[in-house]
Amino acid sequence: MNTHNIFTVYTKELRDMLRDRRTLISMIVIPTLVMPLILFAVGFIGMKVVKKARAEVPTVMLLGAADAPGVRNALAAFDEVRIVPETADWKQRVADKDVRAVVEVPAGFEATLAAGGEARIKLYHYEGELKSGMALRRLRTFFTDLRAEMVETRLTERGLPTSLVKPFEIEAQNVAPPEKVGGNAIGGFLPYMIVILCFTGAMYPAIDLTAGEKERGTMETILCSPIGRLDLVLGKFLMVLTASVGTVAITMLSGAATFMIAGSLMGGAFGGGGSGGGGGGGPLPLLNPLGLIGMVGMIVPFAVFFSALQLSIALAAKTYKEAQSYVSPLIIVVILPAVIGMLPGVELNAKLSLVPVLNLSLVSKEMVSGVFNWGYIALIFGSSCAYAAAALGLCVAMFNREDVIFRT
Amino acid sequence: MIEAHNLVKTFKDKKRGQIRAVDDVSFSCAPGKIFGLLGANGAGKTTTLRLLATLLKPTSGHALVAGHDVLKSPLEVRRNIGFLAASTALYGRLTARETIQYFGRLNGLTDSAIRARTKQLADELDMHEFLDRRVEKFSTGMKQKTSIARTLVHDPAVIVFDEPTLGLDVMAARTIVKFVRDCRDRGKTVIYSTHIMSEVEKLCDTIGIIHGGRLLAQGTLAELKSTYQQPDMEEIFVHVVTQIKEAA
Repeated sequence: MNTHNIFTVYTKELRDMLRDRRTLISMIVIPTLVMPLILFAVGFIGMKVVKKARAEVPTVMLLGAADAPGVRNALAAFDEVRIVPETADWKQRVADKDVRAVVEVPAGFEATLAAGGEARIKLYHYEGELKSGMALRRLRTFFTDLRAEMVETRLTERGLPTSLVKPFEIEAQNVAPPEKVGGNAIGGFLPYMIVILCFTGAMYPAIDLTAGEKERGTMETILCSPIGRLDLVLGKFLMVLTASVGTVAITMLSGAATFMIAGSLMGGAFGGGGSGGGGGGGPLPLLNPLGLIGMVGMIVPFAVFFSALQLSIALAAKTYKEAQSYVSPLIIVVILPAVIGMLPGVELNAKLSLVPVLNLSLVSKEMVSGVFNWGYIALIFGSSCAYAAAALGLCVAMFNREDVIFRT
Repeated sequence: MIEAHNLVKTFKDKKRGQIRAVDDVSFSCAPGKIFGLLGANGAGKTTTLRLLATLLKPTSGHALVAGHDVLKSPLEVRRNIGFLAASTALYGRLTARETIQYFGRLNGLTDSAIRARTKQLADELDMHEFLDRRVEKFSTGMKQKTSIARTLVHDPAVIVFDEPTLGLDVMAARTIVKFVRDCRDRGKTVIYSTHIMSEVEKLCDTIGIIHGGRLLAQGTLAELKSTYQQPDMEEIFVHVVTQIKEAA
């Protein structure tokens, strides 16, 4: 192994790549500009929609109001909904979003209650429609309060204390530390994003430095020079690794900055809870900093694995397009275990620690939540290094195969 | 000096089975001489040259390039060889200077030696005007000059040309032909493969006719004319190849 030659190839490839508009766009422009813009746009539009929905007083229709003048009057006085006249086509009007929700009061409702009987009020809404859902929530609050008021009146009339129907209060308190809350909230999503970025960051240079060079005829040129195949592979591999890790780093830094800025600009709306998180308004301070560092450390063998694997696969192709058709579908293979790692209830164990990608997803989720299971962490890091070494070995073997290098 | 002894290279092909791309090829070329390898497309020229340049390993036989065995010391062989082919392209996003520098470094030259060599090559090939421009914007002629500079940066003792004028216009082809003559005049050992008869007649001291992976005939132009009783290279080539086909 000749480190001078490896460095020479690496610096040349780096210079070459940094002059390539496609690489700059995928590695720097998209993560630093497009991603934050998308995040801002999605957050801004989402907030606007919710704000508008909240500001709107939903239209509500009351069916059977004749037998419930008390309910009608109370609802009319409730300024969070607006009563519209009863019509026969109420269901269609809900579907048409003309009316957000409908209240059906049964016949003889107030007389039944006065006689001490039971009655049921039905609330009709349109599932999945934001404004209908808000109207439903407001109506639930209204009728729950109305019922509580009625119970209190009945108890008072009978000279009984209100504690008769409410012997004790229930109070829920969170004991999970803020980083655990943050970890659970985005701990599954973060490794998923990282795995995809790691893979896609390596994809373009891996193809360009192998099949691309074969197609352009520069592969034969470099093979004519007195450089060992191992040195050539390592120089190219380091370049692909740089692109992979660089894409992850740039995207993470840009994403973190976006969340921080968006959090402070939008009053913590992006936050996911700000209690004891160290301020700032964004969710990142809520993640365990040691866990974040640990996650970065775990990414390195994965980046090595992806870089070497993609180099090997792309090298088998004779043209850039052919290599793309081999490598691109792999993203599905990579995403699947990452998605499984995001599912609730999937917990890290010894067997899953050996499954590539899934193990990273699970251990990252734990680490950013402040949980450090050192046995599994060692197993995952060790197995990932072994996979990375195997992929790199495959890459070197492929570069030494004449039928691969000179495939025409 | 190049000495090829009974070189054989076989490939496996899914449809055609085992193929002998190079079949028992032996020849030699001394310093200050040009050996021309003449053959049609698919005759085995490129494979033979790739064996000499250690890009491929021979199935059997061996070869010495500047005294180094292609199997035992491939890196030493490549340190002493310059390989220029129609298929050896340049990196488009590098400048001509960076290209020369890159290959100079891979050949173990120091930065000061590369600077001196770059100036010398740029003077000889009249490259100063475009030395710091990116190769992707070059004309064919500029690319050819840069390729020549890349091939010569380490001043190799042996230079191998594999159909270097393929697809070039007359002016660019003349640059190459002049360069090949210059190499011979400087005492380099030159192997020149082509399927263009006129180039062989103009350039080569010794000519080898290769067909179906086998070297069917070799000698000076005068010797070949005398042996086969033909007036020019084209007739000699057709005669030799037809003889073999008829014998088969």
